[in-house]
Amino acid sequence: MHMFGILLRLAWRNLWRNHRRTLIMLLAIVLGTWAMIFMTALMRGMVSQMVADGISVLPGHVQVHHPDYRDDPSIANLIAISDTELSEKFGTVDVTGWATRIRVPAVITSEYESRGVTLLGVDPLQERDLTFVDYDAVEGRFLESADDSGVVIGRKLATTLNTRVGKRIVLMSQDPENEIADRGFRVVGLFDANVQAYEENYVFAGKTTIQKMLRVGDQVSELVVLGDDFRDVEAEYNKTVDLIDGRAEVKRWIELDAYLGTMLNVMDGFVLVWIIVIFLALSFGLVNTLVMAVFERVREIGLMLALGMRPINILGQIIVESLLLLAIGLAIGTALAWAAVQPMKDGVDLSIVGDGMEMWGMSSVLYPELLLSDVILANVVVLVLGFFASLSPAWRAAQYEPIEAITKV
Amino acid sequence: MTAVRCIDLCKTYRQGDEDIKALDHVSIEIDQGGFVCLSAPSGGGKTTLLNAIGGLDKPDSGEVYIAGQRIDNLSKGELAELRLRQIGFVFQAFNLIPVLTARENVEFVMQVQGVAAAERQKRAVEILEEVGLAGLDDRRPSDMSGGQQQRVAVARAIVSRPALVLADEPTANLDSRTSDGLMELFRELNDHHNTTFVIATHDKRVMSYAKRLVRMLDGRIVEDIEQDAA
Repeated sequence: MHMFGILLRLAWRNLWRNHRRTLIMLLAIVLGTWAMIFMTALMRGMVSQMVADGISVLPGHVQVHHPDYRDDPSIANLIAISDTELSEKFGTVDVTGWATRIRVPAVITSEYESRGVTLLGVDPLQERDLTFVDYDAVEGRFLESADDSGVVIGRKLATTLNTRVGKRIVLMSQDPENEIADRGFRVVGLFDANVQAYEENYVFAGKTTIQKMLRVGDQVSELVVLGDDFRDVEAEYNKTVDLIDGRAEVKRWIELDAYLGTMLNVMDGFVLVWIIVIFLALSFGLVNTLVMAVFERVREIGLMLALGMRPINILGQIIVESLLLLAIGLAIGTALAWAAVQPMKDGVDLSIVGDGMEMWGMSSVLYPELLLSDVILANVVVLVLGFFASLSPAWRAAQYEPIEAITKV
Repeated sequence: MTAVRCIDLCKTYRQGDEDIKALDHVSIEIDQGGFVCLSAPSGGGKTTLLNAIGGLDKPDSGEVYIAGQRIDNLSKGELAELRLRQIGFVFQAFNLIPVLTARENVEFVMQVQGVAAAERQKRAVEILEEVGLAGLDDRRPSDMSGGQQQRVAVARAIVSRPALVLADEPTANLDSRTSDGLMELFRELNDHHNTTFVIATHDKRVMSYAKRLVRMLDGRIVEDIEQDAA
């Protein structure tokens, strides 16, 4: 401990011996750290938004379907679990929300146009926490109950169909007997979505109304369960498996949308690669600074060795100096990155490149996501790699012969 | 008791195509409490002998003993420990760590030794007063004269009461008055604390303070005499 005291004092004073060099290096570390954390927050936000949007359309963290539904998502593959039974079962476990839905391909027709869409028969009370649609922001109104006789469509689809709130449309699909099932509905609401494709493809109607139209009794296409965090759905998955007890297929969202799941996993690896790449750029400056510092202090190092300081302590002094510099840079860089993210917490409007982003399933509003784990990762990686980068100049300093170093001109 | 014993030391340096014999079969014994001046013209081998005694340089052959312990075969770490605990050094120049104040420089060796903060501060202030630098505790080397810096180096060399102090041309950069002051301080420590001093010099004034004068030439001891010190 007494050695650490003197090493720290020497390291600190030596750092400020050459103010300009230290400040330039510090600036590089601060900028590098800021870029690491800030850009990671933006990328995290982008991917999280993409996944969250994807899940809200899928939707749900855990999903239950007929075993054949994934191969043939038609009306023929429904599950026969009533809401009454599910209410009883889910009443005993802790999940954020659950809902059952009819999800079938359908054709929507106005007096001008027809379009193929995905028809979602939902119970609006169950759906409120799960869907991407903000009920309060709907023009007109959202569905009021499972037997609501209206439909809510996306604003983009309404434009395509040349229809609006109050006008009637016809929805047509197939029943389990492969007969045409159709019905006229009044458009009661228009929703907006972050991704325009959702506005074009999804049509919401009352679940009971659609079950009647399709003549499927109380069967549904899917049961969805929502947890607190889409990154960790194991608890919800296990609870659902227990409740369903083998009567249908239970899948995590990550198994249903491999693209989104892969994106999430790749992101973790990408963050690490990104941090390492920035560090590598920094490390050239860091090593150069340390080599220069050692070179300038050869005689001083020789003196300390001659006075009885062990080579390991000389090594320690250079490493402490390096880590001190990195720690200051990391602290300032992290604080600046945090400060830069704060004003963007309510979202950054990227609508100028919105079409391009939608192509990748991203919304045009970006919400940076500053994760503590990313901040810790960036700081730890830089300190650990900084330690290894400092070893070479530090080792060189520790290997000096005292008398040769002292007499070096 | 023998403080230093060197037996048949040889050391050769290569300079260009030429081999320079810095130590040529040198043997010397110095008793505890001795005050010895090694004098030689430049290249005579006095600094090489001093460095070999201090464990800063290894002889090509021969044996070096400090307080009865053979040191020429010790590892780097063991030599560092020996220097830390038993030997005080005063070099000709570049004696101080520039980023530390006078007091911190004096404390340095004690801090590496693990002396408690309060104790080492007290001893550092006392010793600085003893070498005539009272009130200059917080000055950095760059704010002190050459003489003051050399006194700080002496204070550091003696503060932990080493049995042996090795000084290489300690007065080379000092004026005559400061030189005299420094040598009187050495003699005082030698008389009062029985500290052994081995001083490499070619300064006649310094030699006049020695109890024993060892003259070297071309790496060999050519004269070894006891004398009445000034």
